[in-house]
Amino acid sequence: MIRIRPQTARYLYDRHLQEVLRTTMATAQQARDEAVAEVENWEELRNYARQVKLHTLAHLGDYLEALADRISSRGGRVFWAETAEDACNYVVETARRHSARTVVKSKTMLGEEIGINTALQKAGVEPVETDLGEFIVQLCQEPPFHIITPAFHKTRQDVARIFTQHLGQPLGEDPEELTAAARKALREKFLQADLGITGVNLAVADSGHLVVVENEGNARLSLSAPPVHIALMGIEKVIPRLQDLPVFLKLLTRSATGQRITSYVNLIGGPRCPEEVDGPEEFHLVLVDNGRSRILADERKRETLACIRCGACLNVCPVYGRIGGHAYRTVYQGPVGAVLMPQLLGPEQVPEHPFASTLCEACRDICPVKIDIPRLLLELRRELPRRYRRGDALAMRVWAWTFENAGRYAGISAWGRRLLRLFYRDGRLALPLPVLGRWQSTRDLPRLPNKTFYEEFSNQSADGGGNGQ
Amino acid sequence: MRVGLFVTCLVDQLFPRVGARTLQLLRLVGLEVVVDPRGVCCGQPAFNTGFTAEARRVARGLLDCWDDCDAVVAPSGSCVAMIRHHLLELFEDDPALKDTARSLAERTWELSDFLVNRLGITDVGARFSHVVTYHDSCHTLRELRIEKEPRLLLQEVRDLELVEMNDGNACCGFGGTFAVKFPDISSAIGNEKVRSIKATGAQFVVGGDVSCLMHIGGLLQRAALPIRPLHLAEVLTESS
Repeated sequence: MIRIRPQTARYLYDRHLQEVLRTTMATAQQARDEAVAEVENWEELRNYARQVKLHTLAHLGDYLEALADRISSRGGRVFWAETAEDACNYVVETARRHSARTVVKSKTMLGEEIGINTALQKAGVEPVETDLGEFIVQLCQEPPFHIITPAFHKTRQDVARIFTQHLGQPLGEDPEELTAAARKALREKFLQADLGITGVNLAVADSGHLVVVENEGNARLSLSAPPVHIALMGIEKVIPRLQDLPVFLKLLTRSATGQRITSYVNLIGGPRCPEEVDGPEEFHLVLVDNGRSRILADERKRETLACIRCGACLNVCPVYGRIGGHAYRTVYQGPVGAVLMPQLLGPEQVPEHPFASTLCEACRDICPVKIDIPRLLLELRRELPRRYRRGDALAMRVWAWTFENAGRYAGISAWGRRLLRLFYRDGRLALPLPVLGRWQSTRDLPRLPNKTFYEEFSNQSADGGGNGQ
Repeated sequence: MRVGLFVTCLVDQLFPRVGARTLQLLRLVGLEVVVDPRGVCCGQPAFNTGFTAEARRVARGLLDCWDDCDAVVAPSGSCVAMIRHHLLELFEDDPALKDTARSLAERTWELSDFLVNRLGITDVGARFSHVVTYHDSCHTLRELRIEKEPRLLLQEVRDLELVEMNDGNACCGFGGTFAVKFPDISSAIGNEKVRSIKATGAQFVVGGDVSCLMHIGGLLQRAALPIRPLHLAEVLTESS
């Protein structure tokens, strides 16, 4: 079972991290807001994209087959992986067949989800992250902090320290110098690599293309320099038509990084054709289910799969903004992680995830495909088996019994308040009560008035104050 | 016009003054106000924690309170959002109560929304000689889409200076049961809000939900800051 609560303090009281979060979150939000403000029909695009996604999900099998057919017809190999293990085995097998020793990877959250790095390492293959952010967290042996910006939590001072330690030369804090050092280290790996692995941001069924967006050119190198390219793709990433691609690119890049377009947009149709000079000799598309069919079958929660992984909901989430990505202890974090992880792993594996939200609904407003994350969170809260919320169940039963009957409520309130008052001084209660105790662990309680509103009101009415009836 | 006043459980228990001032305000603008002690709670604590049956049991109490009222007003955007957007969902499968629930949902108003958009009133004749900032509660802002209404009302208050805070649309971290499930996260978020409030130089933070105000107020008090939380209804009934 993965919980959030035990490690929150570690992040909340890390002053350095808190300051980094404050600045980076604000910068990310501002960049996104400015980029979105330029698009006059943003709302229209969101609605359109949502419809396209929901339509695709309703006919997912057909679109995936169309995609697979077109990839196959160009000589690409398509593997349908039902589980993470199936996907990893296929990748490891392919690596073995080519006697691969080094694999270059561009950023793939699906790769994190299925644990591809661990699987490769076990098979004696070295996976090298080539996205700068991923490279940094890999050196630190940390998981990505954010689905878009894995090293979101590292300042350039941090990076200088990490690179100095791992790249074998003293480096200053100049971003250009640091990037150059990473480029030099990675360039060697690109040339050595026997295999390249990338993720997939979007796939187009009618033209049979996989789309990979990036800013560093590392994905393009990963998918074209080594003789073999494996693309890992979650089955929900497909859209039906090439003509809709610009809409999705616009929504994705502006929401994710506030860019009008990323520096590179790669469209991959299969291995190198005879008339082409670049590209891999062998191309594999691994279509990963890993629990997605189960989500698809649940109509009330199906829209979870409409997510295009832009990360905008993380950037606007007050909870993510204070505890950061690592506190979630799962591959996907923030609002989308809170709805996705219980469905991928099973609710009992991450019982706190759906509750780690204030339900402020900022995620719903910012989502480029209008996923109703707060509604999904409520659904997941309801579905969590009772044995994981016995305390809540008891509290709610007592609460409902008290509040469902106005007479009972008034009676219990009168006696309860009398009792509380005995232990109540200046915003603090000297009585170890569960709910109030947790409240006052971090903030004062409000003053306890002598009478409730209704008590005062009934007095007034009795005195002839009148209630207007 | 005959209106029901739904004071909400939190106001009843901890902020009776807000209930009294709301009542005073509604009477001041010439309405006949019905107060019914059977109207205890909208059921939101259970609903948002995933206990629908318990939420239904408690929300049931509201259904018979204000049958004969043209509107029902509450000094809480969150409770109004619960009634407007989720009450029907609770009683959907109950043919006997479905229509009552729908009717109540359609007639229920958040205080500032009701004054400005239903009654067309922005000046209630109040005077408050202080600098204030306004805290937008998430459900009021993002479910009811109420943002300008409380400001229109505050702008008409004599001698009042309204200073907007940075990141005004960010959550204060209260989040209902979240506040006690994750008290440290809740308060860390709240302390960001406190920073923004402090930076305005305001003496009072005004809001439309006592839940957020209780949380922010608790943090202000713990930090011994001289800024006090006030409900909009309290400001609108001040005359000095």
